[in-house]
Amino acid sequence: MGTVRRHAFVECDADTVWKFVGAPERLAEWFPVTNCKVEGDKRFVTLAAGIVFEEDIITLDHDLRRFQYKIVNNSLIKFHLATVDVIEDGPTRCIVVYSTDMDPEVLALPIAGAASVGLKKVKEIFDRKTKH
Amino acid sequence: MGRKILFITTDQQRYDALGCNGGSVARTPNIDALSQNGITYDRAHPQNVVCMPSRSTMITGQHVSTHGVWMNGVPLPEDAPSIASDLRQAGYATALIGKAHFEPLLDPFLRFTENRIGNQRKTVDDPNHPHRGFDHMELSTHGAVGQLHYSQWVRDNHPEVAGGYYSVLDQELQVNAQGGGDTNAPQVKLNPIPTEWYHTQWVADRTIKWLESLPADKDWFCWMSFPDPHHPWDPPASELHRVPWRDLDLPAGYVEDRQKREKILDDKLRHWRGWYDGTFISNYEAPARWVPATLTADQVREVNAFTHVENELIDDAIGDVLRAINARGWETDVDVVYTTDHGEFQGDFGLLFKGPYHVDSLMRLPLIWRPAPSAQAKPARVAAPVGHVSLASTFAHIAGIDQPAYTQAPRLPLDDTDAVQLGHERVLTEWDSVLFGKIVHLRTICRDNWVCTAALHGTMNNFGEGELYDLSNDPLQHINRFDDGSVRAQRDDLLNDLWDNLPDQVLPLRNMDAPV
Repeated sequence: MGTVRRHAFVECDADTVWKFVGAPERLAEWFPVTNCKVEGDKRFVTLAAGIVFEEDIITLDHDLRRFQYKIVNNSLIKFHLATVDVIEDGPTRCIVVYSTDMDPEVLALPIAGAASVGLKKVKEIFDRKTKH
Repeated sequence: MGRKILFITTDQQRYDALGCNGGSVARTPNIDALSQNGITYDRAHPQNVVCMPSRSTMITGQHVSTHGVWMNGVPLPEDAPSIASDLRQAGYATALIGKAHFEPLLDPFLRFTENRIGNQRKTVDDPNHPHRGFDHMELSTHGAVGQLHYSQWVRDNHPEVAGGYYSVLDQELQVNAQGGGDTNAPQVKLNPIPTEWYHTQWVADRTIKWLESLPADKDWFCWMSFPDPHHPWDPPASELHRVPWRDLDLPAGYVEDRQKREKILDDKLRHWRGWYDGTFISNYEAPARWVPATLTADQVREVNAFTHVENELIDDAIGDVLRAINARGWETDVDVVYTTDHGEFQGDFGLLFKGPYHVDSLMRLPLIWRPAPSAQAKPARVAAPVGHVSLASTFAHIAGIDQPAYTQAPRLPLDDTDAVQLGHERVLTEWDSVLFGKIVHLRTICRDNWVCTAALHGTMNNFGEGELYDLSNDPLQHINRFDDGSVRAQRDDLLNDLWDNLPDQVLPLRNMDAPV
């Protein structure tokens, strides 16, 4: 099992950031993917290399600010669980944490790399945009 | 009009692969002629023994601690220094044809330019600001899968042979342990591909095509980078007659007696024996499901035979390119620099592949500089220790531009006297691997015909442990003298010199974005 974690401190209140990263259909606005479509509890994500991931949305907890999803129906991927947490760090700051557990373990690394790109984008969008 | 530069690299090639370095199997007349007419370095080390960190040193002229590509899978930043950019600014046309690998290969998001331009079948991303300073990139790796140009070319033009290559990864995306050939050796396969479609010849053909596109009076820097003889060992089957594996002697570094071999391993840092027994795999590129202790003498022979065949094909391809250069009338104005990124065990110590093992198998490399005949440099063999960290400065020197401030070593010396004047006293090599909880950190110095490796805290080793080899009296590095009291002063002097000369590591370490 490969397990990886990336995080970013964002200079913005947790609710504002959560409304964005906790919206499954908005993934393509921050994560380096080319398309994202949500149908009920399913999400279909297209990567630049043409791969399409079918995902089950497992958790979307607005109180906890936690979003979890799994890649399913993929002959290569035996297990996957991704978790996005937005954790309040005072009224104008939060931490966004992206974790992935994956088998085959090595696939966790490029996904973590993409998460780093995504978290950088979230910072660019939200740093110093706290609602007063 | 200045001196043009042909920079030739191979991947995972040993010092003794070449006839000019004492190799007695593969016939390498074209490379041997470069040596005969140029400067051959007999103690050239990489600054890291896997591809991405080593190649990043070549292009930046920096130690690994500085450029920060501490392991395969850590991308070299897009804005990292590049000697190609400096040469381009000086008016050179620049190209990289073959294996680049400054960026991860496993890249489903196409985050990295190398993969993206291959996928888009482009040879440059932005002509005004070309990637890493190369006007032209046509890239390849070790087969016909993935996004790079060669893979696309095979699939577009000869799809029927794409499946003939060995499948580098298995179903779980681990490096494949599947055996093949006559001996069931790992990563060996009979490849039905015609030689003219094999990646070695493709790299030469694309190089010739690019050179033919240039005006006669244009200065140029061409990095021609062969993916071989790196595993998998799957050269065109039609070429295997060149080196029948059953006729090969076992290499000097292979210890046939199992008890003796394991005693040698037990005297080294603990991660050696851990890998040999299959209990500690710290380098992704070594098949996780292959146990080195199972390696047979015949498998060593077959892997070596396939490697020698690949080396001969590389030499043939170099001959094609040199003839094309001569046909353009450039023969007196072209400097040729030849090296590889790191070595390969090829059976030494009962091992294959590479990893955190700082011995000659992986560190002693072929390095030849054949200055342009117009420069009238004298042929020489250089015993002084030198490293890839000097390559960028050397290219600047050839082009007549100032040594870039970002480089960390002087140019390569013309002879041993020049080496003293330039300060080539030592060469340093680093290893850092952190892969899902398996951690190895090594720092190594080679000086005065000794190699001394210090372990840092890791999964199996502790700070204060290490290896020390006397290259003059123990050329196969069988006797670890790190704890030998009779050479303690020598060891401590080497360690002090290592810590005094190794640049501070840029922290925090950048993330690994792929296993390779």
